[in-house]
Amino acid sequence: MSSEATHIQQQTLTVPHETHVEIHHDHHHETFLTKYVFSQDHKTIAKQFLITGMFWALIGGLFSVIFRLQLGFPEAKFPWMEILLGEWAKGGQLQAEAYYALVTMHGTVLVFFVLTAGLSGTFANFLIPLQVGARDMASPFLNMLSYWFFFTASIVMLSSLFVQTGPFSGGWTAYPPLSALGEASPGSKVGMDLWLISMSLFVVSSLLGGLNYIATILNMRTKGMSMTRLPLTIWALFFTAVLGVLSFPVLFSGFILLIFDRHFGTSFYLSDIYINGQALPNEGGSAILYQHLFWFLGHPEVYIILLPAMGMASEILSVNSRKPIFGYMAMVGSLFAITILAFLVWAHHMFVTGLNPFLGAFFVLLTLLIAVPSAIKVFNWLTTLWKGNIRFTPGMLFAMGFVSLFISGGLTGIFLGNSSLDIHLHDTYFVVAHFHIVMGVASMFGMFAGIYHWYPKMYSRYLNNTLGYIHFWVTMIGAYLIFWPMHYEGLAGMPRRYYKFDIWESFKHFGTLNQFISIVSIIVFLAQILFLVNFFYSIWKGRKVTTQNPWGANTLEWTTPITPGHGNWSGEIPEVHRWAYDYGKDGKEFITQVTPVDDSESKH
Amino acid sequence: MSTTTYLVIAAAVLVFIVIFQIAKASEYVSVLKGEDHSRKQNNRINGFMLLGFMILGFIGVWYCNKLLYKTTLFPQGSASVEGEKIDEMFMITTAVTGIIFVITQFLLFYFAWKYQEKEGQKAFFFPHNNKLELIWTVIPAIFLTVLVVFGLKFWFRITSDAPKGALEVEIVGKQFGWIMRYPGKDKNFGRTYFRVISDENNNSLGQVWENNDSLRLTADPANYDDVVTTTTMYVVKDRAVKLIINSRDVIHDVGLNHFRLKMDAVPGIPTTLWFTPKYTTKEMKERTGNPDFVYEISCDQMCGNGHYSMRGIVEVVTQEEFDVWMAKQKPNYYVAKPEKDPSAAPAVADTTAKPAAIAAVVKK
Repeated sequence: MSSEATHIQQQTLTVPHETHVEIHHDHHHETFLTKYVFSQDHKTIAKQFLITGMFWALIGGLFSVIFRLQLGFPEAKFPWMEILLGEWAKGGQLQAEAYYALVTMHGTVLVFFVLTAGLSGTFANFLIPLQVGARDMASPFLNMLSYWFFFTASIVMLSSLFVQTGPFSGGWTAYPPLSALGEASPGSKVGMDLWLISMSLFVVSSLLGGLNYIATILNMRTKGMSMTRLPLTIWALFFTAVLGVLSFPVLFSGFILLIFDRHFGTSFYLSDIYINGQALPNEGGSAILYQHLFWFLGHPEVYIILLPAMGMASEILSVNSRKPIFGYMAMVGSLFAITILAFLVWAHHMFVTGLNPFLGAFFVLLTLLIAVPSAIKVFNWLTTLWKGNIRFTPGMLFAMGFVSLFISGGLTGIFLGNSSLDIHLHDTYFVVAHFHIVMGVASMFGMFAGIYHWYPKMYSRYLNNTLGYIHFWVTMIGAYLIFWPMHYEGLAGMPRRYYKFDIWESFKHFGTLNQFISIVSIIVFLAQILFLVNFFYSIWKGRKVTTQNPWGANTLEWTTPITPGHGNWSGEIPEVHRWAYDYGKDGKEFITQVTPVDDSESKH
Repeated sequence: MSTTTYLVIAAAVLVFIVIFQIAKASEYVSVLKGEDHSRKQNNRINGFMLLGFMILGFIGVWYCNKLLYKTTLFPQGSASVEGEKIDEMFMITTAVTGIIFVITQFLLFYFAWKYQEKEGQKAFFFPHNNKLELIWTVIPAIFLTVLVVFGLKFWFRITSDAPKGALEVEIVGKQFGWIMRYPGKDKNFGRTYFRVISDENNNSLGQVWENNDSLRLTADPANYDDVVTTTTMYVVKDRAVKLIINSRDVIHDVGLNHFRLKMDAVPGIPTTLWFTPKYTTKEMKERTGNPDFVYEISCDQMCGNGHYSMRGIVEVVTQEEFDVWMAKQKPNYYVAKPEKDPSAAPAVADTTAKPAAIAAVVKK
């Protein structure tokens, strides 16, 4: 009796508007605008992030197809390209300035708008309240703002594509002086200003989101949901948010200094520059300072992208193996270790900038240290599969694909993190292959796994399975065909960000391979369109979900109604009695977190 | 051209529609047959495909290596003494990571296939095991220690000070080309200052060779014998060469693939790099069997729209050939100010091309 009373008390304490939600639902009429546009429901905001992210993935992917056509077929003429890009593809041939603009935008868009906002924005919003047992985020209003800052950032970035001097074209890392001087490149004129404005808005969005995620996870867990009972998705999203909150402001400071250098005559990054027949007045700045500030975010950013994918893969592997995740505490510990180390390795991007070799040695050590928690995670995932009873849903296949790609791309990181090897491999296609596999494709796979797995909860319908399987196999095979041979180009020293290679005696023998890679990447791109068709078709026409818990999963989101309203649970928020991974325990297929612990249960 | 484009698009759309219709139909079939039945069928197919993917994948890895190994730089070996260490490190790392790669990928796909859902199969409740977890914390840590120790040993050797008697060359990047400077007979580089750079007056590096009151500069006599060239750098076989690397505008990078080295060129912050070439260019032509072989300097740091064309050449020659070549070079001071040239030779045909070339690049 008394425990029930304290339960209600605690609920009202943590979620003050809990009871309102019930009442509101009956008579409060939501307009289209408040329900779908300026929604404060975390589930709707998650979908907004997802669909905006998908829009950007389509744009970013299309850009890569266009510049891959240039790399694979530098002599060919594509009249349709001129129709699409105008001056940028005079006579059907992509111009160098357009090539660099597309490469830069591809990187910026995919790293920030797709794999940061689209991935952690979507799943942090969707899963945190549902899996910790909360009605909504700590501040639904800030959450809404977070999306609209992202949306504004998107508009500004999109508009930069249409300015006369073109969007920024100096690479997604935007190193000054190239990014600071309009004289150095047409893309560094107004395009760069728009890039900086857009990215600053993006930083605001990600901070608003991140603070909200942290506050929700720490303060709004339902009764019984101790931190060590949280599903690994939530742990991963928690560390992701911590990384973002601590490192994005540093990037922002780097941007502020860059804006000052561009417009207010300061010399933070500029010194000794003679350009366009003129010596600039700046003296005493350090171009390397920007790289420190940039990579202080830039490296954690890699984990901001990767951790949510790790968390979701852990959850999905466990659910579909019908087995608990192996070594839950080790998984949390390794996430924590990765988070800490992520802040201490940024200078491994700068081994060849003239960094003090003694200092570099520490960064080598700390960088290779990351391989230890990564290895723990991989072996734990493998042991989770061992002696399971595995169901290959499309989500499960993508989660396994994630593990495979994470292994492949992670191992090449051991080459690059070692400074003496990095001297040779830095800024070659080896790096391109490495980070596309481990950060790009692997995280994309984590995202796809999440979408296939939680789609029934998002839209109360299933995605088409056959299309899902086709999507998986084409993408999986294609990803390896594209990026595996690319390592060999890197081993020949072929530099990245080259518009063409015809004048280079050392690199021109890769013509056929480049063609092959380009063709495969177009096929993989088309497979993604198939996924998009599946996604949007299934929102309205997909097979309906008829059971509350279609995957037989333990976590709280499957205790909500099939179509949860704003507030998630129609009655009280359920109480949690156990961790999320009691699969196959005592001969039971699964035991949800809300099932009270039986006295006869075995202990582990 | 355009008809084929349309045909390709039409074919792609058609394939799309067919796939989509099949996928829709298969969903109806699965509903009719019972979802449980079709799920089990899908499971078997995918379990089999995962195993097939692994086998074909391993064959693919082997075949890819067979096909592409010869396109890398390894068959010809490192062209510098220091690069040999980097190749050695590469091979050690490949061996270690290769073993881990094969084991983990095999286990992943093998477990998936072996433990796919079967009638009556129960998952084994196995939440943790401290001993196992300790094993796979410690073993990777040991492997990594080995890699770190070797890596740092080579790293400190490569980044140590250049040996005495090394040939010193300054290399300066600019959009989009390379300028080289040799210290001349006095073995000292004269002072440079970016505000006196003037391509028109043949002072592309801003050598301070006259007094300038407004900038408070005094002429540095060490400049009078410095030799300046563009694009091609001459270095000597078996003699260490120390590069002093600079940039005039944005960040560039001196990429020396055959020597396995690279270093950024940062405006305002000089960097250095040294190596010992093992083979002359001529010898490399024979070693590679490519009569067009040249050592190329590739810019490896995004530097603007002409980044891909920022090509330099390293010509490795014997000491005698180098001396002969050097003797023919005229110090840049005399190129810029022929009236000061004591030899005052009337014919300076080969040097007149230089300012024009620089101007052309700058215009671009």
